[in-house]
Amino acid sequence: MLLRLTDVTKTYAGNEKAVLDRVSLDLEQGDMLALTGESGSGKSTLLHLIGGLDSADSGKVVFDGVDLTPMNDSGRAGLRRGSLGVIFQQFNLIPSLTVARNITFQARLAGRHDPVLDRMLVERLGLGDHLHKYPEQLSGGQQQRVAIARTLAARPQLVLADEPTGNLDEATADNVLALLQDLVMENAASLILVTHSERLAARLPRRAYLRAGRLT
Amino acid sequence: MTASILSALVGHWRRNPLQLLTLMVGLALATALWSGVQAINDQARSSYDAAAATIGETRYSQITTQDGGPIPQQTYIALRRAGWAVSPVVEGRLGNIRIVGLEPLTAPRDLGPVRLENGVDLGEFLSGAGQIFARPDTLAVLPNTGATLQPSPDVAPNTALTDIGVAQRLLDRFDQIDRLIVLPEQPITRKPLAQIAPELVQTDPQQGGEVAQLTESFHLNLTAFGLLSFAVGLFIVHGAIGLAFEQRRPLVRTLRALGVPLVRLIVLMAVELTALALIAGALGVALGYLIAAALLPDVAATLRGLYGADLSGELNLQPSWWLSGLAIALGGTAVAAFGSLWSLARMPLLSGAQPRAWVMARQGNGMAFAAVVLLGMAAALAIWGAGIVAGFLMLGALLIGGALVLPPFLSLLLQLAEGQARTALAQWFWADTRQQLPGLSLALMALLLAMSANVGVSTMVSSFRLTFVGFLDQRLASELYVSAENAAQADAVMAVAESHADAILPLLSVDRQIAGQPAQVYAARDHATYRENWRFLRAVPDAWDRLARGDGVLINEQLYRRAGLDLGAEITTISGRALPVLGVYGDYGNPIGQIIVSETLFREAYPDVTALRFGLRVNPDKVEALRDALRADADLGDAAMTDQSSIKAMSLAVFERTFTVTAALNALTLAVAGFAILMSLLTLAAMRLPQLAPVWALGLTRRKLAVLDLLRAVVLAALTATLALPLGLALAWALLAVVNVEAFGWKLPMYLFPVDYLRLGGLTLIAAALAALWPAWKLSRTPPTQLLGVFRNER
Repeated sequence: MLLRLTDVTKTYAGNEKAVLDRVSLDLEQGDMLALTGESGSGKSTLLHLIGGLDSADSGKVVFDGVDLTPMNDSGRAGLRRGSLGVIFQQFNLIPSLTVARNITFQARLAGRHDPVLDRMLVERLGLGDHLHKYPEQLSGGQQQRVAIARTLAARPQLVLADEPTGNLDEATADNVLALLQDLVMENAASLILVTHSERLAARLPRRAYLRAGRLT
Repeated sequence: MTASILSALVGHWRRNPLQLLTLMVGLALATALWSGVQAINDQARSSYDAAAATIGETRYSQITTQDGGPIPQQTYIALRRAGWAVSPVVEGRLGNIRIVGLEPLTAPRDLGPVRLENGVDLGEFLSGAGQIFARPDTLAVLPNTGATLQPSPDVAPNTALTDIGVAQRLLDRFDQIDRLIVLPEQPITRKPLAQIAPELVQTDPQQGGEVAQLTESFHLNLTAFGLLSFAVGLFIVHGAIGLAFEQRRPLVRTLRALGVPLVRLIVLMAVELTALALIAGALGVALGYLIAAALLPDVAATLRGLYGADLSGELNLQPSWWLSGLAIALGGTAVAAFGSLWSLARMPLLSGAQPRAWVMARQGNGMAFAAVVLLGMAAALAIWGAGIVAGFLMLGALLIGGALVLPPFLSLLLQLAEGQARTALAQWFWADTRQQLPGLSLALMALLLAMSANVGVSTMVSSFRLTFVGFLDQRLASELYVSAENAAQADAVMAVAESHADAILPLLSVDRQIAGQPAQVYAARDHATYRENWRFLRAVPDAWDRLARGDGVLINEQLYRRAGLDLGAEITTISGRALPVLGVYGDYGNPIGQIIVSETLFREAYPDVTALRFGLRVNPDKVEALRDALRADADLGDAAMTDQSSIKAMSLAVFERTFTVTAALNALTLAVAGFAILMSLLTLAAMRLPQLAPVWALGLTRRKLAVLDLLRAVVLAALTATLALPLGLALAWALLAVVNVEAFGWKLPMYLFPVDYLRLGGLTLIAAALAALWPAWKLSRTPPTQLLGVFRNER
């Protein structure tokens, strides 16, 4: 079992109602799960808890046999560096680094830099002509491809993608998702994809739906 | 509509109180430092004017002897008989108090702050013991004279006004007059001055008098420092306004899209800034008053030590000073805001609504080009410029050029560092630091200016101190210095010294005009003390021998520079004899010219001058025995005997106090720069979250990010210091070789003080770290939800 969530609850300060209410979820190595739900249903919050970006009020998040719940900031940061990859809707590349350095950044932080893999990713994602550019010089689609390359170059066990195609047009979104799926599969990783789009969710083998903080 | 627009504009400050605070504090500090310095200058100038007004220098022509010596009473009587309407004045010092003796019956009726016709009992004023008018603080330290003391706040500081007869008695100057005041109404039939007294000259009224002219350079120095501090403060204001306007671009676009005319928008923004500038300016002026009040005692001590100028210790400021403080705040705001307002006025309606990387716009080749031009101008002025104005222009060009060169210089260094970095984290650190550079560059430029000023001024002061200490060792060679009260006691002193001391060096001097400059004439006894200890700046080979033979004179550096007298130049000194200059010696701390002649020549020329002060050479072990003998046989009190080390310590204490003001302004400027860094970092902190959040998400802890931010501030301060050092040394050179020569009349050798620079560098790094500490701590405590906000799809 790669990931097990048990009765995870999260309430934000100032809100009476829990954004996540006793959510449980299992994910095996190689699984690809589409997580859908309405705005404010807690999709992103769930992804953040899995990624160690935030902590649950109660319940357990166990990743690769390690419970994240009691971990401190440093432990979670180590987990994100070494085993997880996060892709955001806003791309969130590092603006001060070139495309080439953005791609290798996480892999080098994790001490798993593989130039061969880098080259393969650059080629597959069509980024060869943009390596010396800065993120602000790229289009949205290009930036998202860089974000995918950065995540996969670190060879994470689990890729967490939060609306990765939300800012892209339909054709580009299809293209990017297809690439993401292929590369995750080739790297024997797992994927949780948060999306609003039923159309995109339908392309993944497993689906879950969040409604008012409960998984259905 | 206007109210609605203003409400929308003011809303920005409500949402960004820190930015408002930065703007207000920056402007208040800038105004405070400038106004404080101006308050000191105004106070000093009004004191000089009051002092000059005492004897009417500013309103009436004056008659003096050509060499500045006394006018015999008979000459005065001869002039009166020849029809000249003149009034005699005698001046001198009783202790530290300037005594001015006037003749009330002939003096102009409106002369001096004390109107002699108003409430003054002429009978008592003129009678035996007489009356003395002075400020209460002056009267409090006046030695007992027997005269009736009359408190009069209108008299110039440290000055006592009395009848000429009383003054002559107090100053032991019977039948002598120093100058004659020429009344405006003169009979046409009077004989020409040259016919009655050819040795006398008439001079026109002079604004502010001699002291004002002498101290002009000092005040220019102070003004330049005030301007530098103001400029450092303006960097903060410029940064705050620039950021605020950039962040308002979306608002401006929206308002314009809703139909608000551009002109009205710009006018309202200007009105808003004017209101803020007036509030901050008022705060700054009030703060400036406090700064001036705190610094005034040290400035007064400096002016007294360097120029013998008397300054009132109390601030008495005119309304114009308060208004000029507000005007400079408004002017500074206008300068700082002009670029931003201009940019907004030219912004197309359909331009990007999001704030641009605001600071990026301030980068560019223009800055580097301007820097090169200014540094070139500074070099040209250093080579070809002459005079103090050129000196200050060079300093200005050097400092502004240096400040403008900083951003491209740092960018280059950071680029090199990024290229050399091997780890991903190091590469990101350097790249991210470079990205922060535009946002921090104004604060770093302020830091550069403050550090350079510190290096420059401390090098100048320390070089001066080192030279001054060496100079004291040369000049204060005698083991004991004694002062007799009168000629009889002086004879007794010499009698004791002849049997107990190895050598007696009488200190004989008179004040005279030499080559058109106020100067002192000193006598030097032919003794090994002078030959062995005095170092010439330039001299003919056998200067001391020729001096002893009466074949020439020695002059101090001030006279050499101001009167342009080189070796061999002839000076008509005493008894109308023209003597060549044999040597030039350093005379640091003395405001006026000095000339040394042989003792024989001096005694021939001034037979009436009796030596009352002596330097006594004696084996150091026998100093106490000599003191005992002087006490017993010459009735000399302890206060009249000072040993070498005490005089040196006293001189050094005066020296240290002289530069207290400079040190205080230095510290204030550095503090303002530290504040600029703190405010820039705090402002940038909120804007940096989108840059830091991805790195955090990729596995760096908030704590590590905070430590890196702290390190970033220290690294930038350190890199700034690498440029500040050469810039500061160039500033020191300019101060020592150009400004000092023009301001004080002496050129000093430049020494380097690496330990001091390291200490300053260390302090700067600590200041930068302290400034970065709070923003870094805030970053380390940033809740994950806030960082996650950057990624939220719903943003």
